[in-house]
Amino acid sequence: MPLRASGLHKRFGGVTAVADVSLDVRMGEIHAVIGPNGAGKSTLINLLAGELFTTSGSIRLDDREVTSWPPDRRARAGLGRAYQKTTLFPDFTVLENVRLAAQASGSSPLRMFGSARADAALLGRARAAITRAGLAEREAAMARALSHGEQRQLEIAMVLATEPRVVLLDEPLAGMGLSEAREIIALIASLKADRAILLVEHDMDAVFELADRLTVMQDGRVIASGLPEEVRHQPAVRTAYLGNPEAFE
Amino acid sequence: MSFRAPSLAQALLVVALVVALTLPLFASVYYLQFASKVLITGVLAMGLNLAVGQGGMVSLCHGAFFGVAGYILALASPGYDAAPLLTTLPLAVIGSAALAFLIGCFALRTRGVYFIMVTLAFGEMLFYLFHDSGIAGGSDGAFINARPEILIAGRQWFSLDKPLAFYFVMLALTVVVAGLLTMLARSPFGHALAAVRDNERRARSLGFPIFRIRLSAFVISGALAGLAGYFAAAQFGFVAPQMLSWHVSAAALVMVLIGGLRSVTGPLIGALVLTGLEEVLKAEFENWKLIEGLIVILLVIVLAGGLRQLGFLTTSAQREEVAPASGAGHA
Repeated sequence: MPLRASGLHKRFGGVTAVADVSLDVRMGEIHAVIGPNGAGKSTLINLLAGELFTTSGSIRLDDREVTSWPPDRRARAGLGRAYQKTTLFPDFTVLENVRLAAQASGSSPLRMFGSARADAALLGRARAAITRAGLAEREAAMARALSHGEQRQLEIAMVLATEPRVVLLDEPLAGMGLSEAREIIALIASLKADRAILLVEHDMDAVFELADRLTVMQDGRVIASGLPEEVRHQPAVRTAYLGNPEAFE
Repeated sequence: MSFRAPSLAQALLVVALVVALTLPLFASVYYLQFASKVLITGVLAMGLNLAVGQGGMVSLCHGAFFGVAGYILALASPGYDAAPLLTTLPLAVIGSAALAFLIGCFALRTRGVYFIMVTLAFGEMLFYLFHDSGIAGGSDGAFINARPEILIAGRQWFSLDKPLAFYFVMLALTVVVAGLLTMLARSPFGHALAAVRDNERRARSLGFPIFRIRLSAFVISGALAGLAGYFAAAQFGFVAPQMLSWHVSAAALVMVLIGGLRSVTGPLIGALVLTGLEEVLKAEFENWKLIEGLIVILLVIVLAGGLRQLGFLTTSAQREEVAPASGAGHA
């Protein structure tokens, strides 16, 4: 199993943000996690990526126990992550942002000699990722000069350039216009062939279009999990989304 | 972060090198020694800038790395004889690097202002260690009676004793250090270091081992400060605890700020400006430190970027435009 979480708990002082969450992300599948605000989705992603450590429970990446690994080690082991709030290197160009991502997972990421920009293999990987994310024409632009949607595309290009086997996408469509969102949805759908993808997203249309498997969280717990068609008809899920019942019609 | 130097900067670099190479033809011994001093502090400032400008680590303990290397030379010098250059120099540099490694292991767990404070504390600890413990003369300092030499089979092949030889060694050292730092800035490591500086969280999530990257840069930077400290001690023929104090670190930091954080050789200009300023003011005024302080404040405010350069490093928030891409020129 590319990514398996079992019995994850996370407490912040007296507050339990994530309680007994277990889920599997399979190769070639998009596993979507939904739930109302404050359900613990972002905490879950941070636990899986290693930015937060679990209070208890276990995380396995390709059947290796990674629960105590820091984020950089998980990334080198094949875990890629796109952030909800765009976090790029704003003063670097698009190409340099993605080239850095490729470098991080390359064979000698910290070589102290030779020009970083002369590495043809890394540049090739970076350009391929940029093209795939649809940013080929913006290669030379500074990351800070990109539009919101382009910055999300750059996020995804950076994740692609690390060539991960497991991808965590935290609300990749947040704040996007309709046409931009269409492009990203198509891009995400095209990624799953040789990857395991965990997707946290608020846009229900996108979720039901993309998800092969669906987990619903509320108050830090999993209230339903399974195939999207099964999950959407469960009473507990309908109750959780009472404020927004049409999302499930 | 444009590394392709504009032709103007390249031309200036060539002119500076020609002037430096021909300096002994028209300068007196006094000015030759002054030029050596500028180059030594230049190496210190360039080394510091690897940590500050490239790595975003504003260190106030580089004076300690500088001073400890000087003390290693003083302690290794046998009485009234010259110390062997080929063994004491590596010893001093490795000593400073080891110290930087030790301090870095602790200090690099903090960020921003806290990092400045922790490095300041470590630097002052070392200052008082040498000041109060009686090592090498305690607060009085210790003399280095003969400058290091290279002795093979009882014959002296080379000595740092002659100002001309000393000057050319410093010039060669400066060129080599500038070359090494330029190479480092362009290397994958240099790019990773800049990435960690600009967005630590993202760099880590991409898979960069941020602690190791920052520690490596800090150790190299400390080793370069030690390299400068060794030759400073050799030139003065004297070491005192003041060599380790935070004043040295602060002066080097000012040189970095004057020269520009985004340039490898910029701190050399800072070293020339500050050391030259001291030289002129010392000769003319009694309260020269007061005047120097005012001029430095003015310089740092007026110069492009100025203090804002430091501001963005201590507030790890979104940073503003610091230097235009072309400003990174003379690298």
